[in-house]
Parts: sequence; C-alpha cells; structure tokens
Amino acid sequence: MIAIIDYGIGNLHSVSKAIERLGYETCVTSSEKEILAADGAILPGVGAFGDAMKHLRETGLQEVVYKFVDTGKPLLGICLGMQLLFSSSEEYGEHKGLDLLPGHVVRFQGDYKIPHMGWNRLDVKQPTHLLFEGIESGYVYFVHSFHVKLDDPANLLATTDYYQEVTAVVGKDNVFGMQFHPEKSSDVGISLLSNFLKTTVVSVSLSKD
Amino acid sequence: MLAKRIIPCLDVKDGRVVKGVNFVNLKDAGDPVELAEIYDKEGADELVFLDISASVEGRATMVEVVKQTAGEIAIPFTVGGGISSVEDMKKLLRAGADKIGMNTAAVKNPNLVSEGAQKFGSQCIVVAIDAKYNEEWKEWEVYTHGGRNATGIKALQWVKEVEKLGAGEILLTSMDADGTKDGFDIQLTRAVSDLVNIPVIASGGAGKSEHFNDVFSAGKADAGLAASIFHYKELSIENVKHDLKQKGVEVR
Repeated sequence: MIAIIDYGIGNLHSVSKAIERLGYETCVTSSEKEILAADGAILPGVGAFGDAMKHLRETGLQEVVYKFVDTGKPLLGICLGMQLLFSSSEEYGEHKGLDLLPGHVVRFQGDYKIPHMGWNRLDVKQPTHLLFEGIESGYVYFVHSFHVKLDDPANLLATTDYYQEVTAVVGKDNVFGMQFHPEKSSDVGISLLSNFLKTTVVSVSLSKD
Repeated sequence: MLAKRIIPCLDVKDGRVVKGVNFVNLKDAGDPVELAEIYDKEGADELVFLDISASVEGRATMVEVVKQTAGEIAIPFTVGGGISSVEDMKKLLRAGADKIGMNTAAVKNPNLVSEGAQKFGSQCIVVAIDAKYNEEWKEWEVYTHGGRNATGIKALQWVKEVEKLGAGEILLTSMDADGTKDGFDIQLTRAVSDLVNIPVIASGGAGKSEHFNDVFSAGKADAGLAASIFHYKELSIENVKHDLKQKGVEVR
C-alpha cells in the first residue's frame, strides 16, 4: 500500500492513478495509522510553501511524516512536496520546511519566463542510483517558480538546465524528491515513479528479514 | 532548456470526439479517452480538449471525460470551452485537468482570468485568443464565440492585458491561417511572442512538419497546436518531432 498524504491541497487523482497503473494499491489519506502502515508514502504538493507547511503543522501531519521517515520506509516528495523536505523557503516570506534535507528554496530570478514550465531534460548526476535504473536521461514535465539550493551536493541526484543548473531529483537514505511531475512526464516519469515504488518493496522485504 | 511542444487538440461534444478521426486500431473513433492515450503514446507533449457541448448535460459529461483521461494518460492536458465561473474551473481541475482554457469568457469577464490565477495559480490559466487581420486597422482583431463575433479589441493589446491579469499561457489561433494548411501565421505569432513574457502556443494553419519549424524559429512560439492533420494522419507527431530534431530544434 502506498499512502498519498492528503493535507487538503492539490489534485491527487493523477498521481494515485499513475501508481495504481503500475500495480500498487494506493490510499489518499491524512490518517496517521494508515500512513504509518503504508509501504511507501508520497508527499504531493501544489500551491504555496507557507500554506502547505501551515496545513502540515496544524493537522499534525508534520510529526506523522517524521515518524514515517524514522521507520526507514521510502518517502517521495513531488513538486512543492519536494521543496517541503528542505530547511526553508523564501516564498512570500521566510518559512521553515520539514528540514529532512539541508537546503533552501529560492525564487527564480532573471530575464526569462517564470514559472519554469514545460518539458526539460534531466541530467542524471548519480546514474547508479536505484531511481535511475533503466533511465539514462530524458525529458520530464516541470511547473515551478521556486527552486532548491542544496547544502549537501551528495543529495543531488539529477538536475536540469533552465538558465542555471536547477535541482530536479534529490535523495538521502529513504527520503526522495522530484521537482517535476513524474505522473505527467510520460514514459520517463512513469519509470522514475516505478523505480521509487520498487524501493518500497525492497524496504518491506528488508524489514521482514 | 525547455523543449518545444507539439499539442494535438480534440473537439469534444457531449463526451464524444467530433470531426472524423481515422486511427488504425482504434476501437471507438469517438472516445476521447482512447484517443488521448494514443496521442500520449505517439509523443504528444500535451493535449487540449475543447468542449463544444451546448448543453448543461454535455458539460457535466466533460467532467467525467476529464476524470477518466487523467486516470489514463501521463502528460498534461488543458480543457477549454464553456467555462464561465471559478466554480467551473474548480470542477475541471479537481477532475484532473492541469490547465483551463478560456476564450469568450475571458473577453466578457476579464476578472475570471485574474480570479482563476489567484485561486489556482497562473500555470493553470490559458487564455485562448482567436485573431483575424483587420485590413482597416492594419492590425489583428480579437474574435469570440468560435470566431463568429468581432469584438473591436486589438489582439496585441489584449495579449498584454491577459498577461497582466495573470494568464500563464496564450493559445493563439490565427483565423486567417486556420484550415489553410499553408503554415502558421508567423507574423501574428512573432508579434505576440515579442510582446509577452509567457509561453505562446501557435494554432491554425499547420500542414507540414516544416510549418512547426517555421513557427518555432521565425514565429518564436513555445508550442504548436494542430487538430485535423493529426486526426486524419496526414502528419504524425513522431514524424514532426523527427524532422524538428534534424533541424536542431529541441523536442522531447
């Protein structure tokens, strides 16, 4: 079972259907019990960083996310969900994030189109990582106006080029993030999602041993 | 850098695709969900559904189509046609649409654009503009109601205004080029692309692969949209992308 963490924002239909098509059961849930019982969890996100963190705090889901990560089972943040994993964001004021990964979310700045919206090529930095099995590169679909500056380059798994190097995929132990929408990124996105879901099976079999 | 996008457009009436479509291996030529899946497999970067239903029931059916489509395809899609309130947008976005297209509604009530952008984000709001060259003005004029009504509004002013209102993208149809298959309206597309700082989807006139190359290079468009040439298999998305790659255009 894959839990899609529902904290009151965003459209979760596409991501849950994409996971179901890959043969996994999903539940869109805000229940601590269901989330902690799941084999893997997705932290989705659309909207503003500050609002999202407020929802997570007020609903108690912030603590649930920490507990889930402590179990060692894999968590994937998508789009704003990836940005929430980091220490802080400057989106409409300074906001604290979940701080599961060290880094900061900053605004795109320059004489170019913002948001960064459309298909852009992934530059895989750690090709041997589980997430990239069977994927050398390829295009994925981005929609975002803020991007992540990592403090620890070891957590940077892939980037893309949009007038600068832009963080696209991050990972540390069992915590992963994708800035783009894998559920909207055709074959490449679905393969990335599938590789993430495979780690849920690995972690389940490990925990059973 | 961002890849140039190729976008097929499907006209849907009461939940069925209209305009003859002759795909091989298609079980039901009128099923929008099945067509959407085929276009996804063929390499479409996005899809546009234009709901041309005239009835309340037809529009309700569209929400169901959107829901099913969102469950089957893994590319973004826009739904336009007959949207006249924030509530309409919410229904379609909830059902799984990524973007909402507005044309006549935006002209009638420009506040809808800003309300939608504030509530759902600019990236969700596409303003569709039908433009036709006005010989007297020596400029393009905006038309509404599927090209039937001249508005007296200058297209180059309207694009600036919708950008200010918070539109995330412009879907620009040249009524002069539409249906000709002689190529996109490069002058119009270029004029609009030079004026705004949001992506421009060029529409109307595509007949060959090189037309896409022209509108991306000379027209500075971010995406090219076409309907019948893809539906009738006069052009395949795969071939268009292959030709664009050969010419050095970045495509997915």
